[in-house]
Amino acid sequence: MSEIMSSPDRPAAAPPRRPLFETADWDFDTMQRVFDEIERIALDELKLDVYPNQIEIISAEQMLDAYCSIGMPLMYGHWSFGKKFVHHEKLYRYGYQALAYEIVINSNPCISYYMEENTMAMQTLVLAHAAFGHNHFYKNNYLFKQWTDPDGVLDYLDFAKKYVAECEERHGAAAVEETIDAAHALMNQSVFRYKRRSRMKMSEVERRERERRAHEERAFSDLWRTVPHPPGKPAPPMTEKEAAERKRKLNLPEENILYFIEKHSPTLREWQRELLRIVRNISQYFYPQRQTKLMNEGCATFVHYHIVNRLYDKGLIPEGALLEILHSHSDVTFQPGYDDARYSGVNPYALGFAMMQDIERVCVAPTAEDREWLPEIAGNGDWLSTLKDVWANYRDESFVRQFLSPHLMRKFKFFALEDKADEPQYRVEAIHNEDGYRALRGAVAESYDLSEIMPDIQVVDVDLLGDRCLILRHNMRHGVRLGGKSRDKVLAHVRKLWGYGVRMQEFDVERGTIRDEVGVS
Amino acid sequence: MPLFIDRRLNPRDKNFGNRQRFLRRARERVKEAVDRVVRERGIADAGKGAAVSIPAGGIDEPQFHHSDTTGDRRRPLPGNKTFVAGDLIDKPEGGGGEGRGKQASDSGEAEDPFVFALTADEFLDILFEDLELPDLVKASLKDTTSKEPRRAGYSNDGVTPNLNVLRTMRFSLSRRLALRRPTEAKVKLLADEVEKLQALQADCLLDAKGQQRLRDAVEEMQGLKKLQRAIPYIDPVDLRYNRFEPKPTPRAKAVMFCLMDVSGSMGEREKDLAKRFFILLHLFLRRKYDRVDLVFIRHTHEAKEVDEQEFFYSRESGGTIVSAALTKMLEVLRARYSVADWNVYCAQASDGDNSSSDTARCINMLASEILPLCQYYAYIEILDEHDGFSEEAGKELWRGYRLLKPKAANFAMKHVARRADIYPVFRELFAKQPAKGAAK
Repeated sequence: MSEIMSSPDRPAAAPPRRPLFETADWDFDTMQRVFDEIERIALDELKLDVYPNQIEIISAEQMLDAYCSIGMPLMYGHWSFGKKFVHHEKLYRYGYQALAYEIVINSNPCISYYMEENTMAMQTLVLAHAAFGHNHFYKNNYLFKQWTDPDGVLDYLDFAKKYVAECEERHGAAAVEETIDAAHALMNQSVFRYKRRSRMKMSEVERRERERRAHEERAFSDLWRTVPHPPGKPAPPMTEKEAAERKRKLNLPEENILYFIEKHSPTLREWQRELLRIVRNISQYFYPQRQTKLMNEGCATFVHYHIVNRLYDKGLIPEGALLEILHSHSDVTFQPGYDDARYSGVNPYALGFAMMQDIERVCVAPTAEDREWLPEIAGNGDWLSTLKDVWANYRDESFVRQFLSPHLMRKFKFFALEDKADEPQYRVEAIHNEDGYRALRGAVAESYDLSEIMPDIQVVDVDLLGDRCLILRHNMRHGVRLGGKSRDKVLAHVRKLWGYGVRMQEFDVERGTIRDEVGVS
Repeated sequence: MPLFIDRRLNPRDKNFGNRQRFLRRARERVKEAVDRVVRERGIADAGKGAAVSIPAGGIDEPQFHHSDTTGDRRRPLPGNKTFVAGDLIDKPEGGGGEGRGKQASDSGEAEDPFVFALTADEFLDILFEDLELPDLVKASLKDTTSKEPRRAGYSNDGVTPNLNVLRTMRFSLSRRLALRRPTEAKVKLLADEVEKLQALQADCLLDAKGQQRLRDAVEEMQGLKKLQRAIPYIDPVDLRYNRFEPKPTPRAKAVMFCLMDVSGSMGEREKDLAKRFFILLHLFLRRKYDRVDLVFIRHTHEAKEVDEQEFFYSRESGGTIVSAALTKMLEVLRARYSVADWNVYCAQASDGDNSSSDTARCINMLASEILPLCQYYAYIEILDEHDGFSEEAGKELWRGYRLLKPKAANFAMKHVARRADIYPVFRELFAKQPAKGAAK
């Protein structure tokens, strides 16, 4: 038997500079050794600043689960997550959609998930990408620093999950579902965008929630002083001054709709208010991610590209692995043209990575054109500090506006179409030439500006003396109105939360007039 | 130092609860969709899961969004080839942005139907919901046939107990031959010679030629031994293991005859009820038998063997003579299904019309010829939805068959007016199960 068991001799300990792995299979030891080498490059050479890493290996099914709870490890129960699951599962099963190689969460410690199906080469790539690239970005970008609480997010989600479950037990699943449905409909309009509010300490929420309840029971609200007036009888007139005073008291206008409803709805019960708070807190938590998709992926892709090349230079990964990684890398950073069947918008990996590389190029070897367009950084030689400064202090829109170079616009062959709804044709407004760069850069930047993409909707007034009607205003720009069908459905949800009638104005910002008004009473 | 955590063994189905919530919410729609699938599908496929498509209403998640058809906007796009500033481009028909393949509907407000796959379990749950099957029966219906490992060739890896010694040695031998590994016998021969020569040398009886031969022999032997070490007797590449594949255990075959009256009085509703009954019986049989053949016989005043499509969907007019169907069934049975090999099940659905002279003939045929051959014969008579039940309420055929019932243990008859009535027919069947032992 001993002869059967004997296998060809293996070298005892790998000498340094031998590749860390040779085969496609991964195991935890190899992962650990690869991680250590990646960490050496990330911290010593790139001087990245990261949260401690927590690395979790999951199966495809668990990856699908993670997809559906917006990437979070815990989430309250809701049918819409089941719908997403059913949907993604179908796409995956039929092979229309591959699953992500990793998911990474903005938390401290930074949790990232890796698929068990990945080969060791892919694990190397995604470790560099997620555990260092994204991790650095989360820890250093100003939006994340200002708006999110990575220390407390998991505790908060745990609280949210338990709270929702408890509500379901106490008040019935249907009632809870109805409230969350309505809150989800308003999620996108329920973030603070401009005000700098004190950073939310999510771990303290539960205590604060009790205190707040006690306080609010004692506190005076302007709403309660009034009773809805009987229909048919006109409301007593109110002076301009009184109206202004009332608005001041209610902090109007208010951009965060759920916040306003939570604070001032005359009909909501306390647990419903807490549900609204949970939904809007989660929305707020994800708001920075939506503003930095391009940069976040650009940063992570740049980091993984740098790291795997360094690993290869040091002889730590074999040539085959490098080729596999590069193959996957170029798949991810592929940008099809607008007329390609595969086109589905500008690929944030492609543009983000290209811009990071371009900044490196401009810092080190600028052309005359770069000196003219990017004088602040051209030729400063220190690409690493420049990039880290960029990662820390910009969001997609300002990043593009500042750093999209003519060189890249030519490379991507960008052009901008002017699309006027009432004209039968598009007009090419600018292309990648001397006359067009500035307008083009503006157009690309705008396409990342959430305040352009998302409808700007605010609570402008509550008719307190009259029928307590809540008045929302959509600040229309460039004549773009809201989609009618879904608007009416969302308004029906608002009506449920508010308890009284809701009116919605289409307000033309450029002309200063109300173009249209719809209502649900 | 990172923390590595292996989550793969964590409980799966984290989203099971959410999936159930979703299905509950979409229940009514899903039920409609399942009914549609059942109508369109063949009996044999009815028990599988299904992709159902439901309208998005009720499960949509509305959000405020900009309408695509109003206002002015700028669209930056990559991949310019021929445009210069100022070019005018016709908008594609039906609105939507250039190159935005996904937004075929303007404004994105069209309610695309939501398509998803129900698992077989979920499908059966919904299918049976109105049939009022007890959970126990549901569970046993869903129960897959038991699997047994069966030999299925050889594989390169496996566990030691499955090692196939013969194959392994054969590969080992051919490899050793191909690589010219010195055989033990050859080495032994040489070793013997060396020993002999050495013995001679010790006695100083070896001449110069002998000395030379000894040196050569020792060298050769060392060479051979080295070769033997380099080429192992059994190498991992030689190893072959027996491979096993789970295969359903062999069970007897069954044939299920579906008999249905298709004269004008059987409408859509009646046929739908009959179909559900047939599906249920088929599911039940499939659980018990590896192979279930379906034979469809429809009749008016004459009987015909038809395919499923025709069975349920084509119309024919004529009188009603039930015995024609029974004759046909016997004919098929004798021609194709020997009772020694096949378990015979028969399900007959009718609205009960028959001529009284023919009913007598039917009873006769059943009692003397058919029932002795059958495992089970089920007759359902489909009533008008508003008719009350009573043993006496039946029509001609019912009254006739009632006489048969006390005599035959494997004969069941039921009135069915609604879906919920279908199950009780099966209760008898399941109750009888231990005694009858369906598989022969």
